[in-house]
Amino acid sequence: MTASTPPIGAPNDDVSATAAHSATGGLVKSVVALDRVVIRLAGDSGDGMQLTGNRFTSETAAFGNDLSTLPNFPAEIRAPTGTLPGVSSFQLHFADHDIMTPGDAPDVLVAMNPAALKSNLSDLPGGGLLILDSDEFTPRNLAKVGYATNPLDDGSLQAWQTVPVPLTSMTLDALADSGLGKKEAERSKNMFTLGLLSWMYHRPTEGTIRFLERTFRRKPEIAAANIAAFRAGYNYGDTTEAFAVSYEIKPAPMAAGTYRNISGNQALALGIVAAGQRSGLPIFLGAYPITPASDILHELSKHKAFGIRTFQAEDEIAGIGAALGASFGGALGVTTTSGPGVALKAETIGLAVMTELPLLIVDVQRGGPSTGLPTKTEQSDLLQAMFGRNGEAPLPVIAPRSPGDCFDAAIEAVRIALTYRTPVMLLSDGYLANGAEPWAVPETASLPDLTGTVGFATGPNAASTDGTPEFHPYQRDPETLARAWAVPGTAGLQHRIGGLEKADGNGNISYDPANHDFMVRTRQAKIDGIAASIGPTDVEDPDGDATVAVIGWGSTYGPIGAACRRIRASGRKIAQIHLRHINPFPADLGEVLARYDRVVCPEMNLGQLALLLRAKFLVDVQSHTQVSGMPFRSAELAAVIQDAIDTTSTPAVPAGAAANGALQ
Amino acid sequence: MTTLDAHVHDLGMPGNPISTAVADSVALAGEKKTDLKAKDLKTDQEVRWCPGCGDYVILNAVQSFLPSLGIAREDMVIVSGIGCSSRFPYYMNTYGMHSIHGRAPAIATGLAASRPDLSVWVVTGDGDSLSIGGNHLIHALRRNVNMTILLFNNRIYGLTKGQYSPTSEVGKVTKSTPMGSIDAPFNPISLALGADATFVGRAMDSDRKGLTDVLRQAAEHQGTSLVEIYQNCNIFNDGAFELLKDPHTGTQWSIPLEQGKPLVFGPEGAACVVKDDFGGLRIAETNQVDADDIVVHDATRENPAYAFALSRLSSQDLRYTPMGVFRSVSKPTYDGMMTEQLDTAKVQQTADLNALLGGGETWTVGD
Ligand SMILES: Cc1ncc(C[n+]2csc(CCOP(=O)(O)OP(=O)(O)O)c2C)c(N)n1
Ligand code: SF4
Ligand SMILES: [Mg+2]
Repeated sequence: MTASTPPIGAPNDDVSATAAHSATGGLVKSVVALDRVVIRLAGDSGDGMQLTGNRFTSETAAFGNDLSTLPNFPAEIRAPTGTLPGVSSFQLHFADHDIMTPGDAPDVLVAMNPAALKSNLSDLPGGGLLILDSDEFTPRNLAKVGYATNPLDDGSLQAWQTVPVPLTSMTLDALADSGLGKKEAERSKNMFTLGLLSWMYHRPTEGTIRFLERTFRRKPEIAAANIAAFRAGYNYGDTTEAFAVSYEIKPAPMAAGTYRNISGNQALALGIVAAGQRSGLPIFLGAYPITPASDILHELSKHKAFGIRTFQAEDEIAGIGAALGASFGGALGVTTTSGPGVALKAETIGLAVMTELPLLIVDVQRGGPSTGLPTKTEQSDLLQAMFGRNGEAPLPVIAPRSPGDCFDAAIEAVRIALTYRTPVMLLSDGYLANGAEPWAVPETASLPDLTGTVGFATGPNAASTDGTPEFHPYQRDPETLARAWAVPGTAGLQHRIGGLEKADGNGNISYDPANHDFMVRTRQAKIDGIAASIGPTDVEDPDGDATVAVIGWGSTYGPIGAACRRIRASGRKIAQIHLRHINPFPADLGEVLARYDRVVCPEMNLGQLALLLRAKFLVDVQSHTQVSGMPFRSAELAAVIQDAIDTTSTPAVPAGAAANGALQ
Repeated sequence: MTTLDAHVHDLGMPGNPISTAVADSVALAGEKKTDLKAKDLKTDQEVRWCPGCGDYVILNAVQSFLPSLGIAREDMVIVSGIGCSSRFPYYMNTYGMHSIHGRAPAIATGLAASRPDLSVWVVTGDGDSLSIGGNHLIHALRRNVNMTILLFNNRIYGLTKGQYSPTSEVGKVTKSTPMGSIDAPFNPISLALGADATFVGRAMDSDRKGLTDVLRQAAEHQGTSLVEIYQNCNIFNDGAFELLKDPHTGTQWSIPLEQGKPLVFGPEGAACVVKDDFGGLRIAETNQVDADDIVVHDATRENPAYAFALSRLSSQDLRYTPMGVFRSVSKPTYDGMMTEQLDTAKVQQTADLNALLGGGETWTVGD
């Protein structure tokens, strides 16, 4: 079968122009220009789909497309080969223009075995391109996933442009002389596939070759085999009749600068390094491994040259305890985890609230409750972050909106932690952590200068009743309400802090009712006061006259933003509000919300932000929720928003325009 | 000179500059005073233990002995958990943190690992360190972070008013165990040795000399030191250690551990310690064994099996309780090795933030 129509038209998240066709058919290869494409690679966890996806992403980034990725893998390291639970996939959306999501649905699905086909086919819209490893469609593999007949010849794949390719045997042929055994040679089939896709989408290949040489430096025969398979795949594309068309997606216009491809976890880790450098404080990370946060520990462990100490603790409690101990000593304590770890850290977070020491707590959220869905994404820890402690224990909560934004969010979290001497919760999630996008590398000098936020105490700041100069650890800065921070080693400023209520000022243990009431209110006022430093609400409303607003936080920025573009393309008006700061909210948020007839709040939980907004501002927020472990699809969000607009009292809908249909 | 050495050990870490920000403010605060008196270590806080509590005696012993280490009080930090004993930091004019139940070793680990210039102490109770904080304790011990842990063992939960603890003897009748406790206790020394602790000692609250001696060795030790201090809770477990304190029974049932000396004890040295047939130790009558068979105490034995066997001599009712230093061996410290890795990394790579941010595969878009 020959694939000659460009795979476009999937209900995707961006305003997409129809691609120019220039296919001539026959044996002459033609090149078709596309403005964007979404590819999903699916295979067994042992097939190296994540690696293949990451390589394709790097090639695509190097080529200059805008891109967004969605890795999706099982929690098991190796579920039984060829089974449905063992399927791992990687979706990449790339375009010649600025895009916001990894795409609602793929245009192209590569399925390395029947299990991958079965678990992913329903996402591939009719007419989409389906590439299959025909070698894997054996009676045994088919039986494993319950296919009674072989979909390759029972006609069930007619709705798609199906191209069966013997990927495994062609890889083996290509490596016949490599000296590798069959099993080992077979493993390179992912590189064969990558070669084929690289040909199909005109990707540069040097980066992958360099990468393979570097990765298998100590095993040159493996490097050579992978490179040979990669080239064979590329050449196969070039010469086969099965693929008559290759596709060109021009680089996306981007602001001048140097770019790299970055995942959320990587960006977050680099943000922490940068915050350390910009504040002049050494970083101390105390962490216990947990998906999907472990990569931050891995990344920071590489940067010891920056004076970063990483401590793999015996559990999450020790991780945060050690970080807090380091903060007491004048370091910037950081702890990274996911929801179950935050649950364990709760008591120590309370101690940090009480001792008023800077501390960064990173929660890379995953599906919950309990162990939940470790490798899937969710936003369901918001209320845990806000309230998951005993007593009145407020802390700032902030969230990044995209993988690259994790960098800036980390620096902002550190700014708040240091300026206000408080633990800060940074809520990332699995989608941001593992997803990637091009990131404009910032100039160090352009990053916030945090040196002014430190200011250790060096002498007495008060006097005792008889006039002797004394150090009062709970003496506060009148503006920020931050308490004085004297580090051990500083002569004359010895003091004791701890979890018992402290007297205002001198910090002695105090059970005085009035003092407790005052201190509880003061700690709250300190957190509330942060609003003064965060600027007004970020509202995107191009004409400024929308009557419906959609509000979100964290990683839903991309899907909500893409949905808003669709809405606007249909001629409707919509305001998009996206919150970086959830505690405290921007000072003007109540006023902003009051401007709209309706406020829609999509979240990957059962309405946690909506609950906060209703409680705080008495606005009747319309909550739209999904907890599937997967990010929102922008088309679905667009439908929800359109419905909200169309049913709001003063409809601003031009006749005949349908947000969902107009773009396809 | 031991005292000076201790100071240098705890503060020394040559070539390990603390952060500039910390160093600058420490320098600004002025000179360090190391010739201290016990009263310099007292605070203006009213001590709130029950009259007669063993904690007072320990506090006094610590305040009298610490100045001899020659460490400035601002360079000492005491981190505690929760319990009666954990109120300790409030009464010491050093830096201190009264943290949360069981977590002091973890907090102290972060502090000691990031500030090798400080002398870090942990004060904890038997419930604090062996129930809720058992995990942190064993991990601190195996890591060998440079700090000294004082475990106040009163074999009871004092602060919560008298429930049995993980060191209470089986059959202990308390409010929560009216028919007697049914779970076997930990022997803290055995537990610590099982975790391969590099310094393990035991002392009695009322024995000023013995306590000071063990404390000094613990403070001088490089790495994690654990000192179990038998502490009388006269309210909820009064007389728990009377068997060992009573001048008459005390000599009979305690085994003083003196480095390089044969393990002979009891009235007229009637009892001694010899090897048993299974690789352990047993008690024998001195006049029934060959003098050469009596074990000579050596806390520096690399293999913890010897110290462990010593710790197993005692029973729950405290008969045959060795007192003193069980084990003191030298191993690299966690904080020292962490610092070394940082130093090595600094030689291998430059800390160039621009280079780090712009690392990996990049591409450039022109104007
Ligand atoms: C998380 C938590 N659980 C329980 C308590 C209550 N609590 C405080 S101290 C303590 C036991 C103290 O016993 P121990 O450590 O032996 O100290 P002691 O009072 O005997 O010196 C308990 C259970 C607490 N403070 N925190
Ligand atoms: S309850 Fe016991 S341990 Fe606590 S202060 Fe009183 S006597 Fe001491
Ligand atoms: Mg106790």
